[in-house]
Amino acid sequence: MDITFKDVSYIYQANSPFAHKALDHLSFHIPAGSFVAIIGHTGSGKSTLIQHLNGLLTPTEGEVQIGDHQITSDKKPENLKELRSKVGVVFQYPEHQLFDETVRKDIAFGPKNFGVSEEEIERRILEIAPAVGIDESLLERSPFDLSGGQMRRVAIAGVLAVKPNILVLDEPTAGLDPRGQSDIMNMFYELHQRENLTTILVTHSMEDAVKYADHVMIMNKGTKYMEGIPEEVFAQQEALNKVQLDVPEVIQFLNAFNARFGVDIPFRRQSVAELAAEIQHALKGAESIE
Amino acid sequence: MRECFIEFRNVSFRYGDEQPWVLDDVSFTIYKDEWVAIIGHNGSGKSTIAKLMNGLLFPQKGEIIINGIPVNEQTVWDVRKQVGMVFQNPDNQFVGTTVQDDVAFGMENRGFAREEMVNRIDEVLQAVRMEDYLLTEPHRLSGGQKQRVAIASLLAINPEVLILDEATAMLDPKGRKEIMRTVSEIQEKNEISLITITHDLEEVVQAERVIVMNSGKVWAEATPRDIFKQKDDLRKIGLDVPFVAVLADELKQLDIMIKNEPLNHDELLEELWTLHSKM
Repeated sequence: MDITFKDVSYIYQANSPFAHKALDHLSFHIPAGSFVAIIGHTGSGKSTLIQHLNGLLTPTEGEVQIGDHQITSDKKPENLKELRSKVGVVFQYPEHQLFDETVRKDIAFGPKNFGVSEEEIERRILEIAPAVGIDESLLERSPFDLSGGQMRRVAIAGVLAVKPNILVLDEPTAGLDPRGQSDIMNMFYELHQRENLTTILVTHSMEDAVKYADHVMIMNKGTKYMEGIPEEVFAQQEALNKVQLDVPEVIQFLNAFNARFGVDIPFRRQSVAELAAEIQHALKGAESIE
Repeated sequence: MRECFIEFRNVSFRYGDEQPWVLDDVSFTIYKDEWVAIIGHNGSGKSTIAKLMNGLLFPQKGEIIINGIPVNEQTVWDVRKQVGMVFQNPDNQFVGTTVQDDVAFGMENRGFAREEMVNRIDEVLQAVRMEDYLLTEPHRLSGGQKQRVAIASLLAINPEVLILDEATAMLDPKGRKEIMRTVSEIQEKNEISLITITHDLEEVVQAERVIVMNSGKVWAEATPRDIFKQKDDLRKIGLDVPFVAVLADELKQLDIMIKNEPLNHDELLEELWTLHSKM
């Protein structure tokens, strides 16, 4: 499912003294199957944007198109429920939304609501639970007895059990330890590829954006500030600093190294080992010139 | 000889009789005016340590001494006057309807005179650069601004130790750096102890000392430089090492003789520059 925003604006508390324009004539196109990272400092409009993707918010102006579903200011999508079954959103701290008696029932809640049969739900649970790292033995436990990281996985399983085509992830790894972070991100990435999903990742982590995304969109003041492939976007350190963003650490280091040694090693998503070899080469090169 | 401020003596804690021990015979000391980072995987016992430090929890075994006072149900109110804590989610920490009310709350509870309260509110909000938001409703602030107000509210009551429990996890990278700069300036100026519980490696390398927790035990206790020398072992217990440390290792594999364990870009660039000048 393609995602297209045409000139979308959204105003909170419109026509009141508290009116606040969160999206300002935002236009972009995301082809089906992309992995897009959306980045921007706090208050840049990221969260407002993703709430348009499943019709939680309708634009004040402009048009949102998700697959066949069209959302405009005067037109709610005709089949909102269908749209929501296709767009799965993992909100920040999704474990706060757990509510049911057991892990199994909590995961089943979403698909049940969308009319999926009991047998199919059970089949999905047995497939998804191990994929997110929830052992079968935990299915009858109360989700509230689990650790924070496990609760997060259960909540994510609940979203995945609906089998969405578009997966929207809002800071899915905030508060997890480093291993938990990479486990969860690798799980999403595998799923993205295996199920041919369109994945939208809202993140503060430039490292994750570089590692997983094939396209990056930078938000500032409710509108698109930059977009492109990660290597190109992150090459523009000054422009990003201007909107209070950093580039990934490896690029910061490369920029500093290049400046200091008067060389020009480009960032090509090389591994740290490859980078070390290029640095060695550059050091030798500098020597031969002298 | 540095003055000892917090002492854990053989502390064990579990959340219930049938539950596993979250902390298992933990002992360490934190000095006055020291910045200590506590790291460890989720569930390693880090946050439990923080909650024990201001008497939100009490250990089943062992003893915790804060500034000479053993923490127990009788002394908990005295202890809390000295221990200020900021948590991950700022929304859970607001009580006032405006920023100034919120900062005043803690002082009111401790019976500060009105005159002094007014002065201190200005002073602490300036310290966290939030003086322009005196009458703003807390829920209209950004995440970073909220955390700064939460920190100001603590500074107002003059704690001897400031504990940040993943207090910057929700912030964007710039907001995170700003908060840490503010906090470390205040720590140096007021000569208080600072304890940061964090996964953020940039925060960890700035600390004087690091305590690594693993499965309820103190796994290591050393300077950041010594801690990050143990890269493989850290990874085994689910922790990360800074990018420069990884790069330095790869360079060493290529026979580039990096001697010190660099902790930031400048240190590594400096080493490479020195090596290159000698080539």
